[in-house]
Amino acid sequence: MSFLNGIAASSGIAIAKAYRLVEPDLSFDRKTVENAEQEVERFQSALAESKGELEVIRDNAHKELGADKAAIFDAHLLVLSDPELISPIEDKIKTDKVNAESALKETADMFITMFEQMDNEYMKERAADIRDVTKRVLSHLLGVQIANPSLIAEEVIIIAEDLTPSDTAQLNRQFVKGFTTDIGGRTSHSAIMARSMEIPAVVGTKESTKQIKNGDLVIVDGLKGLVHINPTPEAIAEYKEEHRKFEDQKAEWAKLVNEKSVTADGYHVELAANIGTPKDLKGVVENGGEGIGLYRTEFLYMGRDQLPTEEEQFESYKAVLEGMGGKPVVVRTLDIGGDKELPYLNLPKEMNPFLGFRAIRLCLEEQDMFRTQLRALLRASTYGNLKIMFPMIATLDEFRQGKAILEEEKQKLMSEGSEVADNIEIGIMVEIPSTAVMAEQFAKEVDFFSVGTNDLIQYTMAADRMNERVSYLYQPYNPAILRLVKMVIDAAHKEGKWAGMCGEMAGDETAIPLLMGLGLDEFSMSATSILKARSQISRLNKKDMEALAEKALHMNTAEDVVKAVKEVAKL
Amino acid sequence: MVQKQFKVTAETGIHARPATMLVQAASKFDSEIHLEYKEKKVNLKSIMGVMSLGVGQGADITIIAEGGDEQDALNSLEETLKKEGLAE
Repeated sequence: MSFLNGIAASSGIAIAKAYRLVEPDLSFDRKTVENAEQEVERFQSALAESKGELEVIRDNAHKELGADKAAIFDAHLLVLSDPELISPIEDKIKTDKVNAESALKETADMFITMFEQMDNEYMKERAADIRDVTKRVLSHLLGVQIANPSLIAEEVIIIAEDLTPSDTAQLNRQFVKGFTTDIGGRTSHSAIMARSMEIPAVVGTKESTKQIKNGDLVIVDGLKGLVHINPTPEAIAEYKEEHRKFEDQKAEWAKLVNEKSVTADGYHVELAANIGTPKDLKGVVENGGEGIGLYRTEFLYMGRDQLPTEEEQFESYKAVLEGMGGKPVVVRTLDIGGDKELPYLNLPKEMNPFLGFRAIRLCLEEQDMFRTQLRALLRASTYGNLKIMFPMIATLDEFRQGKAILEEEKQKLMSEGSEVADNIEIGIMVEIPSTAVMAEQFAKEVDFFSVGTNDLIQYTMAADRMNERVSYLYQPYNPAILRLVKMVIDAAHKEGKWAGMCGEMAGDETAIPLLMGLGLDEFSMSATSILKARSQISRLNKKDMEALAEKALHMNTAEDVVKAVKEVAKL
Repeated sequence: MVQKQFKVTAETGIHARPATMLVQAASKFDSEIHLEYKEKKVNLKSIMGVMSLGVGQGADITIIAEGGDEQDALNSLEETLKKEGLAE
């Protein structure tokens, strides 16, 4: 047995067999074949197996993700039946007497090059489709297993270098018990996904894909950040006990599901959840969320080849608003760019995407796309308690422009006879230091603030959060960050508005006492963190936390702050 | 041989989903079926052929069918184009 150290990204313990989600080795040699007929047959049976697999994947996608996402697999199936691709391959095997692998690769490469050279971005992407299906057929010819995450039918732990949004979209939540990746940190996509799926995860192990083979028994310890490979029976028994204790603890927290979030001295705050899709609602309700503090709408736009229609968006927003039954739902308008790309928008590559053309900057430019989203939101507004939030606001002017466009669409809809709620709050994310500094001016015009700490920290400390070498600068407890947060909260309260937080920090046990002391009104976090936070808050005294926060603001370093919190809040 | 001209009305042109539907419809027939656009002619049973044309909104396209079931094929494709709101 051996083990790996990583970052505990999502709590809990999982014990299951490993399933590697990695690029397979599909290398082969070009060979001449004696019996071309036999080689053609070998090719045809690989084709048939590939089609069979794709049909299952398509049907799964249809069930899990809808007709729209399944359509891509229909296209893949057609590529495998395409006479213009298949006949030349078979001819090549017969006339050149080469092995099927070479004939397939050489013919497919010709088409890939042809599509890649087209000047239309959409066409260029079709090259990826051909590459994808070619890989599948090659794997069958070579007898190599390629990963088919959507075909998993037993409990597994996913082993990957990293997990992209489209990888995770394909995972069957029923069977994936945990995951571990080579790279990533607490705020990387894979970590956020694990928490929203409520499965244990350890990220940033550096070596998971090197050390773990398919079928190895793996323990993911998402509490300590450890991964055990082929553990001894004693270790398994120990972890089963740990797992039981964790479940007991969760059961204890579960008693708080229908309770309010109140401190020992009777002060109430709101604990809300961050979600990505209507599917996450179940977790919010089960964990006693008092609202949605952040609905990331990007996922509606990702993993597809064209923009979602107004109708599709309307259905999703309506589902979330109805699902929350009148509790507040803060929807963030499209936040694309940075580490989240949409290939079909054809945006040029940037040197500094986090500082570039993204989020509200993009939406104010690409107004058709923005207006479609706003219309869908406005139409859904009558189904619940909707609040709209613009991301990445740097200047008052950006907010005013966004709000003016929203107002125009509202008027248009109403003149068309649609019903729109008349009490929709419009707020902003505070992620950019300039906005925190100007919070007093903003507070006169916005209805609320929500601090996005992941970005606020990276912009304040000038440290790319994707760059592991500067990860020591990701310091949520740095007094500089606390002061900015205080400016935002104070400015909101001065104007009778509310201030929330929807970054990682809001669910962090060290940050909660400080934020409580600073007067934060709403804490939005992964649904799985809510009950633990509620339990912690019930043991805190607001007055003591105010004194703690006041001291922390004047400390010199993040370490000093952490030490003080540990003493006062008894962590 | 039978043929008929259409004007593409779909906003996205004949991409992705529409192309898939046309190829699926064409593949049901024995006749040879071709799609012509800007003097380029491709096999309408070939998804890659159809996509490589890059047919956009407003394009004039011609469908040509030749074989035992040519008229049925053309009728069926016309129905698909109209039913899906792709062309008229």
